[in-house]
Amino acid sequence: MCLAIPGKVVETYDRGGLRMARVQFGGITREACLEYLPETQSGEYVLVHVGFAISRVDEAEAERTYQALKELDQLNELDAPDVDEAKADPTVSRFIKARTGNEIP
Amino acid sequence: MKYLDEYRDGAVASTILAEMRRIQTRPWVLMEVCGGQTHSIVKNGIDQLLPEGLELVHGPGCPVCVTPLEMIDKAHAIARLPDVIFCSFGDMLRVPGSDGDLFTIKSSGGDVRIVYSPLDCLKIARANPSKQIVFFAIGFETTAPANAMLAWRAREEHMTNVSLLVSHVLVPPALEAILASPENRVQGFLGPGHVCAVMGYSEYLPISARYKAPIVVTGFEPLDILEGTLMTVRQLEEGRAVVENQYSRILNQTGNLPAQALIGKVFEVTDRKWRGIGTIPRSGYRLREEFAAHDAEKLFDVAEIATLEPEICISGQILRGIKKPHDCPAFGTLCTPQRPLGATMVSAEGACAAYYAYGRHLKPQGADALHRIDPTPIGAGTGERA
Repeated sequence: MCLAIPGKVVETYDRGGLRMARVQFGGITREACLEYLPETQSGEYVLVHVGFAISRVDEAEAERTYQALKELDQLNELDAPDVDEAKADPTVSRFIKARTGNEIP
Repeated sequence: MKYLDEYRDGAVASTILAEMRRIQTRPWVLMEVCGGQTHSIVKNGIDQLLPEGLELVHGPGCPVCVTPLEMIDKAHAIARLPDVIFCSFGDMLRVPGSDGDLFTIKSSGGDVRIVYSPLDCLKIARANPSKQIVFFAIGFETTAPANAMLAWRAREEHMTNVSLLVSHVLVPPALEAILASPENRVQGFLGPGHVCAVMGYSEYLPISARYKAPIVVTGFEPLDILEGTLMTVRQLEEGRAVVENQYSRILNQTGNLPAQALIGKVFEVTDRKWRGIGTIPRSGYRLREEFAAHDAEKLFDVAEIATLEPEICISGQILRGIKKPHDCPAFGTLCTPQRPLGATMVSAEGACAAYYAYGRHLKPQGADALHRIDPTPIGAGTGERA
């Protein structure tokens, strides 16, 4: 779980004093915190780990790394529910299925 | 399992392997330290492509694996409390404690939630002011900036219902513990790329120098691992022991300074127990005293929980590179990913779980045969080349 996932920054904004971004990973867009790479601009590629951008990468590297992670089934962290959904929480069973291939007993 | 002809850059891989064969004059034992590397190596059969006598052993680089059982039991004790919403990364949900896992606690009525980012806990806390939100803050240095930000924001925003159960571990002290052991077989390391993206690699320089062990910071793709292995072997064959960076397209020696700054404000270094290995001095983080109001171990009465591991499990020796999964009589029989007995089977990034996932419990292969070769200790006549 120490692998970071590359994505494209599509929008940056401030929320509650934190520099944030929408980051696109393949077909999924998620929020990421830019506090550790504050100068990041829209259109740039970053490595994101558990919702935090930790390093910038170029587009070609981002594409290669994303494919490599996909082949290793290491994109599970993107399946974690958005918090607004978390109350209802059917996503947990979806997550478990995606992670293990098993239905919940 | 994928072999050479399926690699995107098969020609490059062949060249690297040919160069390894050209320069290698004796057996060497290398350890990869990142669980993502372990998974990549086993999935792609990289250890079985290496020239005879070059052995990869699999280090303690999976944070889920090395989180001590008693810390998991503490997490479960808190998660069972009625007024608690227990938040965790998804990887921890299936890790069994002495009595069930977080998922079974959830199905018997506990409020357990998977979060994508630690910052999600703040949203949950605002929406549930009458509940205590407890986050299971595990991980290596890669995850520390994210977890530090949760503690920082919780304090800045005066949120009285957010706390962290911290079980953070650090890579450099673990490498030092492995090298200092009288049983040690490891002669060089593939260092963890994404850990060093945060921390840089200055901390590794004194370890490499003191123990005369090359450390090559390496990525996790097959070609990265092959190149990192070649760079390590080249150093060993030439009698050198320095820190090199195979992953320079991602990281530099300095790492991410803003992340390191916040880690330093929120956490301090402490002794940590590692599952399967035991206590390693100064090998983890705990919250600083200023964050005591957000420290779940201080807010909940869990200090007395202590748990024993099954005696049959040899994961401590596997994590230190002394043994391989096949050396364990329980591997693939009593101990499987569905019913793990110890550290290296509890997560897909653990060595035993990776071996099992790719069918190696069915028959010993490749590197496991090489495992029988006893390598010449480092320093015994190194420096000569073929």
